[in-house]
Order: sequence, then structure tokens, then C-alpha cells
Amino acid sequence: MTEAMQSPAQATFWLIQGRVLFWIVNLLGTACFAYIVAKRMMPLGRGQRDIRFDRPWLRLGKLLQFWFGQWRHPRYLAAGIIHIFLFAGFIVLAVHTVALLAMGTSDRPLETGGLYGAISDYAATVVFLCMIVAIVRRLLKPARYAVPARYGKAHTADAIFLLALIALLMVADSVFEASYAASLGQHHLQVEHLAVMSLAWMLQGALAAAPVTVLAKLYLGAYLVHELTFFFLLCYRPFGIQFHVETSLFTVFFAKLDRGTVKPVRWGVADGQLDQVKSFGVKTFEDFTWKHMLDFYSCADCGRCSDQCPANAVGRPLSPRFFTTKARDYAFQHYPMWGKANNGHSLIGGIYSEDEIWSCTTCGACEAECPLLIEYIDKIVDLRRGMVDDGKVPQSLQKPLKALESRGNPFGKMEKKKADWAKAKDFQQTCNVRILHGGHDADTLYFVDSITSYDDRMQAIGRATARILDGTGENFGILGAAEKDSGHDVRRFGEETLFMALREHNTEAIKASGVQRIVTSDPHAYNALKHDYKDMPPVEHISEVMARKVRAGDLKLEAVADANDVYAYHDPCYLGRHNGVYDAPREVLDAIPGLKRVEMRRSRDRSFCCGGGGLALFYEPTEDQRMGVKRVQMAADAGANVIVTACPFCMVNMEDAIKVAGMEGKMTAIDLAELVEKQMR
Amino acid sequence: MEILVCARRVPDTSENEIEMNGAGNDIERDDLVYSVNEPDNYALEEALEIVERTGGTVTVVTVGGEDDEEILRREMAMGAKQGVLLSDDAFEGSDGRGIAAILAAFIKKGHYDLILTGVQAEDGAAQVGGMLAAMLDYPFASLVNAIEVQRGTLKISREIEGGCREINEIDLPCVLSIQTGINEPRYVGMKGIRQVASVPIPKFDGPSLGVNGDTTGAGAAKVKRVDYFLPPLGKGAEMLEGSTEAIVDSLIELLQAKGGLN
Repeated sequence: MTEAMQSPAQATFWLIQGRVLFWIVNLLGTACFAYIVAKRMMPLGRGQRDIRFDRPWLRLGKLLQFWFGQWRHPRYLAAGIIHIFLFAGFIVLAVHTVALLAMGTSDRPLETGGLYGAISDYAATVVFLCMIVAIVRRLLKPARYAVPARYGKAHTADAIFLLALIALLMVADSVFEASYAASLGQHHLQVEHLAVMSLAWMLQGALAAAPVTVLAKLYLGAYLVHELTFFFLLCYRPFGIQFHVETSLFTVFFAKLDRGTVKPVRWGVADGQLDQVKSFGVKTFEDFTWKHMLDFYSCADCGRCSDQCPANAVGRPLSPRFFTTKARDYAFQHYPMWGKANNGHSLIGGIYSEDEIWSCTTCGACEAECPLLIEYIDKIVDLRRGMVDDGKVPQSLQKPLKALESRGNPFGKMEKKKADWAKAKDFQQTCNVRILHGGHDADTLYFVDSITSYDDRMQAIGRATARILDGTGENFGILGAAEKDSGHDVRRFGEETLFMALREHNTEAIKASGVQRIVTSDPHAYNALKHDYKDMPPVEHISEVMARKVRAGDLKLEAVADANDVYAYHDPCYLGRHNGVYDAPREVLDAIPGLKRVEMRRSRDRSFCCGGGGLALFYEPTEDQRMGVKRVQMAADAGANVIVTACPFCMVNMEDAIKVAGMEGKMTAIDLAELVEKQMR
Repeated sequence: MEILVCARRVPDTSENEIEMNGAGNDIERDDLVYSVNEPDNYALEEALEIVERTGGTVTVVTVGGEDDEEILRREMAMGAKQGVLLSDDAFEGSDGRGIAAILAAFIKKGHYDLILTGVQAEDGAAQVGGMLAAMLDYPFASLVNAIEVQRGTLKISREIEGGCREINEIDLPCVLSIQTGINEPRYVGMKGIRQVASVPIPKFDGPSLGVNGDTTGAGAAKVKRVDYFLPPLGKGAEMLEGSTEAIVDSLIELLQAKGGLN
């Protein structure tokens, strides 16, 4: 420190020595922050158990990719890039800020030169500029970010206030450095070189001719402003969306690792012990797990989830963004900073409506988009478990659930007719599908599942699949009457006990059949067998089998009949997003000579749900439009006149949507297996 | 209020394909699945909602055999405090009057303020409720689609022709037959059924109820089923053709002609 300038620690502020003042501010600020965080963590302590400390290396990898690497941010290019700059700026400034805070209580001068000094000068400048852009963006925000009245009020003013405070922090930091550098210059001492074109550098230029006394005041004033702003921000952030600055690291580290799965009813309680669990699912806020509560705190309210959510897009009463913010507001309100927690209220009928929770198709678009890996499906399923436990199930879903219980399928069809699809006259003569009776007489099991077995239209998908397996030399069979519904959507609609009964039955039947592997044409069954069932033989979707056969040259395909047709492949949620099977179906399509294929704007992990499968077919939502109608319009917009799906539920929804949208004759839907069967040589 | 709900186990029409047996005098019962007669679920839901509002307990009773315990357990899982099975080989083949006599004998053994039945059994004739009331000398109202509890009486709404409603006051104790749509019955999950799986269900036979062969059993039945028919297949659907507007116009015309639209 030069004699030219008094350091903040040596200076006197309103008769208090700087060193003492900053000790007090530092201690008080830190204590306040600690108190606030402890209060915020209180509900987490009362939340349910959640096992999130397993596989630490994998978690560290996720942290590097999604938190440190900001992996998902550029999916929204402009906002993403701004956030990456901002995040990098904060990371760079972390060390600088600690040094700056320490300076107030010691005589150690701040090291502003060198490489790190230059980088942090630029970092402060970048953060400052980002704040300006962010403030402008909040004033001129896209219409889709508006907050509908039913979900509360927008917090624009609060957001701008916080952004402005960060900008102020950057300015104070720069003024502090600039006034110091300027005063050195005036004393003809060795001038520190501030990074060219940085905010501090510009201010240094502006202050070069300022009187020394002014510089000294600026220097100390900037320090004080920085100090106070820093601690104010630190303590204010836990009251709003900016809390993610602190919590995101943990949310990402503890993120869910196994996609396609559903959380157990209670972590740490084995399936066999579930009878002892009195209440299932989430009924009050404290029934959420601590990680799910942490998610609520970490949401940055960016709205990307709701932007992708098909339920939100068609006007159903669900928006993942507000699903989270409502829970956060609840936590803030019921766990106040002063006074006792006021908890134990029912969430359904409180912050959530029944329709809101049934509106989700569990497509996973929100989870695929969230930059912080916040979970939605497990929370929705847990809330449904709570509603099922309380008997709050829409009448339209009670019938299929009851039928699943007594007949093993949602349609209430007779078990003995399960294999009737394979008995169609012209089909049976050319392709005999064996029913496996436990004689270890086939290598492969074709798991058909309910809709393909019983629905007149979907039976064609079953027959096409069987023909493909037969035509490529697979030694396969089906379970027939012994196969019950996979229960995939029974579980996702919250009826865990019924799901477990179905799973137990099918597991025994599959094991008794002695097969080496399982093939299915239904992505819901595929996901269930792969993730919900245990100790199963390897499971493949028919599209993966076909891709393998095409590659091996065992499946040869003829050119399309009409070369003018344009095909668009629709990614079924439970094949694509939940299982990452995006390429196999496309590979098969591209193996058909002369087939013209286009991609819809929303494809692969941004695929737009058709309306939902399983029990979602029976649910009667309040909505402005069908998801399927939006989807077929997307296909038309892409220039396609044929939608190829690989899921019987997508087929139901697409064919209905084509009719509803009045696009009959202009658009057709076909299952990948049906198309391949048609083109098989 | 102590409420008794009379329930019945019937073949579930939505989960069975009803076929005639070889003799043509009954339906094929080999591969049937059964459930609670649907209107009875509405009766139980209404009873549960009344008890939630005003206190008391709900008991469910059925006349039948061991297989019928299944529906009692389902109703207990739904919220009924107790299930009671009235079972005796001598009850078999009872007509509606016989069933009413068995229920009446049971009801006289206890103290119930309100007795609810479903509006009718899906395989029945909507007769037990009225007969039961007569045997007990209680007032009776049928097709009830709303209940409001008052001091010593009930204010009830009954559905009459054309969707109109009629409001009545009825003295307690009474028997009501409950119309579907009065409420939304809650869901009964498999977990709930498992939790009541081992709750003992009291059984009463003929002698313990004091009923004899004069009114119950096939011998006493004065109404006997002599034949059974499946509905004949219609001519099939009439497909309307033309532009959307023309189709809508002719559909409205048809609906008006058949009384479906005013």
C-alpha cells in the first residue's frame, strides 16, 4: 500500500476504524447468511429420505458436465451464451471477491496485477455487460414467459433489482481498482496496468485527472459499497430465484442418475416391506424427499421446461415451471424466517389441483431441458400415489384400473383372447406365432402388451412385428393368456401396489418361458421391462432388432412404392427421451431405398408427446387442443405426408389427430414395423 | 349417524363378454369376473360423505356366499367400518322378497338410522329397497340424487322424468335407493384391499337371524326366472354421408326425430 492512499482497513468510517467495521460487517453478513440458509434447510430435514450419495464419480462427472460445463445452456442459444459468460465471470471472481473481503480486515494489499488480475478485470466487465443485457431482456421479454394469472404474479421488478445489484457490485469493484490505479499514476509511482478495455481500465482513464482527495474518497466509498452490496446480495438471494447461485451445485451433484425409472415409494423400504408403509406418496409438503425440496429452491424460473411441456402447450392446467415455483412459495411461506414452521397442509386442493397432477403424460420433455437437471416425473408420480391412496382418482381412470386388477388389461377384455391377434385367418396361415408354455422352446419372447393384443387397429402392429421376427429367422413366441399388462403406466399413474402385482405375475411367466431375450414393439412395455422389472433377460425394442438385422444384411428392404411421399419420424417418448433410442429407427427408415425423410423441428430429445400412452388414453383432460393435433401439424410444417411412429399409443393419438385436424387424405400415420413389413423382400 | 349400505356382487358388464349357456336359461358363468354392483358404490360413497360431515359409522351388508366377501372387503377398503355377510345355504335361490326379508331380519337386530341401497342391481330388478322399507315399516325414497342431513330428518332430491328434480323431506330412520351420479365414488386401490384382507367379517345364518323357509330360498320364491335373452343384433350403423355441414344437419334432424334433442 502506498502512502498515497489509506487502505480500507486503516481508514476511519464515521469514527470507526475500517478494520473493526469490516470485521463486524463480515461476521454479521456471514452469520445472517448462515441463519437464513439454516432456516431454508429446515424443511429438507423434515423431508423424506432420498439416497443420493451413491456413485460419487458419476455424480462428479455430471457436475463437471452440467454445472461447471453448463452443458444444456446453449440449447437456448442467446440466453445460454449469456449465462455461460455470467457463470464463468462468477467463477473467476470468486477468488478475487474473497481477497477483496479479506482486505478490509488486514493490511495485505490486493493483488490486482498479473494474469489473474487481468482476467478478473475482464470477468467483472463481462458480468456487468451481461447484467445490462439481462435487465433489457426482462423488460422486453418474450410473450411465452408471461405469468398467467392462475399461477401468480411475475417477479420482474425483483429480478431487475437483483440484477442491478450485481451490476453495482461490478461497478464498485472496478471503481475501487480504478481509483487506486489513478492515484498511483498521480504520485508518479509505478502504474498498475489494468486490463485494456475493461470497465476498471475505462474508469481509470476517466479518473486520471481527478484530485487525490476525491480519489481517496472514491476508493474507500467503492470498497464500502462493494462490501455492503455483497452481503446484502448474499442474504437476499435465498428469498428468490437467485438462490440457485448457491444451491445449483448441490442439485446437479445429487441429480437423478437413472433415466426411465420411477423412484420407489419410500427410499430404503424394500418392495416386500411396503405393506408396512401407512401412507403412500406425497400428500403434504413434508412428504417430498429432501432432494425434491432442494429442486424447488434451485429452480431459476427460466421457463424452459414449460416451453417444452406438451401439456402446457395445449392449455392443460399444468406448467412445470409454476409447479416448482408454487412449491417454493409454499416452502417460503410455511417455513418463515421468524417463528415456527406451519406445516402439514394438503397440497392437493391447496397449491395443486387434481387435474394439474393428472395432466402430465410423463413424456420427460421438461427434464430433458432443465439446465439444472430438476426432476418432475418422480414428483408427479409421488403426488399421484398420494391421490390414489386417498381414493382421489378420476372416474375415467377407475374403470381401466379395476379392469387391470381383475383381467390384467385396461380394456377389461378376457385373458383367453389375448393371443387372438395372431389368429387372424390370412395371417395364421403364413406366420404361426407360438404360445410359450414353459418348455424352453424359444430363444426370444415377443412381449406384446395390452393395446397391441386387444385393439383392432394395433393388432396390425403385432402381426407386422411377428412377421419381421419370423422373416429374419428368430425363434420366438408369445406368452398369450399368461401375459398381463406390463403395468408401465399403472406405476406412473400412482397405483404402485397394482403395478407390483402385475410385475410379479409377468416376471414369473417370463422366467417360466425360459427365453434368452425379450423383444417388444411397445416402448412403454420396453421401458417397464428394462427399468421397472428386475432380473429380466436383455430387452430390445423391435426398431433396434430391425436396425441390427439391416446392418447384418438379414433384413432387405424394397424401394417405396411412391417416391413422392415424404416421411417424418416421430420419436415416442419412452423410446427416445427415456431410453436414448433415436438412431435405430432412423437407420431402418434410411435403409428403405428411395424413402424421402425429413426431421420435424421438434425431434429427438425435444420430441413433442402425442398425448400419452397407457392410462393417459383414458384420462379426459381439460385442454384447448389435442397434443396429437399439434404434432401432426408439426409434421405437415416439416413437409411430410407420412408420420412414422414406433409405438402403438402414438399410433392411436396420431390417427385420431389426423381425423380431428381434418387432414385425412393429406397425412397418414404408420408404425415403423408395419412399414418395414410392407417393404420386406 | 349409523348407516347401513346394502351391496351386491354382480358380473362386471365392462369386463365380461356375456354369453348364454348351453341350456339358454342363464349366462355362461365360467370365466366371469365380478365386482361391486356399481350403484352400490355410489350409495357407499354417499354414506361415507355423510359420516365425514356429521359423524357416525358405516356398515356394509350383503347376502351371499363366501365369494361375496370379496366385495365386502372392497367396500371396507373404501371406508366402511364393518362388513357383514348374511350367508346360509337355505338363502340360495331367494327372490327379491326373500333378499329383503333376510336384510330386514338383520337390520332389526341393530340400530341403523339410515339404510341405503343402490338404485338397482345390474342383474336385478330395483325391488329390494322398497320391499325392505315396507318390511321394516320405514319410509322409502327411490332414485335419490342428493342428501342433506337435518335434525331428525333428511332433505333429499329425487330424479324424476326428464332430468327434473323433486325435493322431499323424509323422516329418519328410512331406506333410500341411491341414483348413480349423486357423487363421484372414491377409488379403491389394491393397497387398501390388502390392508383389510385379514379383518374378520361377521357371518349370520338363517337361524341366527330368525328367518325361515317361508320367505327365503328357492322354495319360497314367488318370482322365478324362466328364460334369458341376449339383445338381438340391430341392423348396424347408419353412416351419414356428405359434407361436414350436411352430416351435422342430418344428425340433428335424426336426434330431434328420436327425442334426443329438444
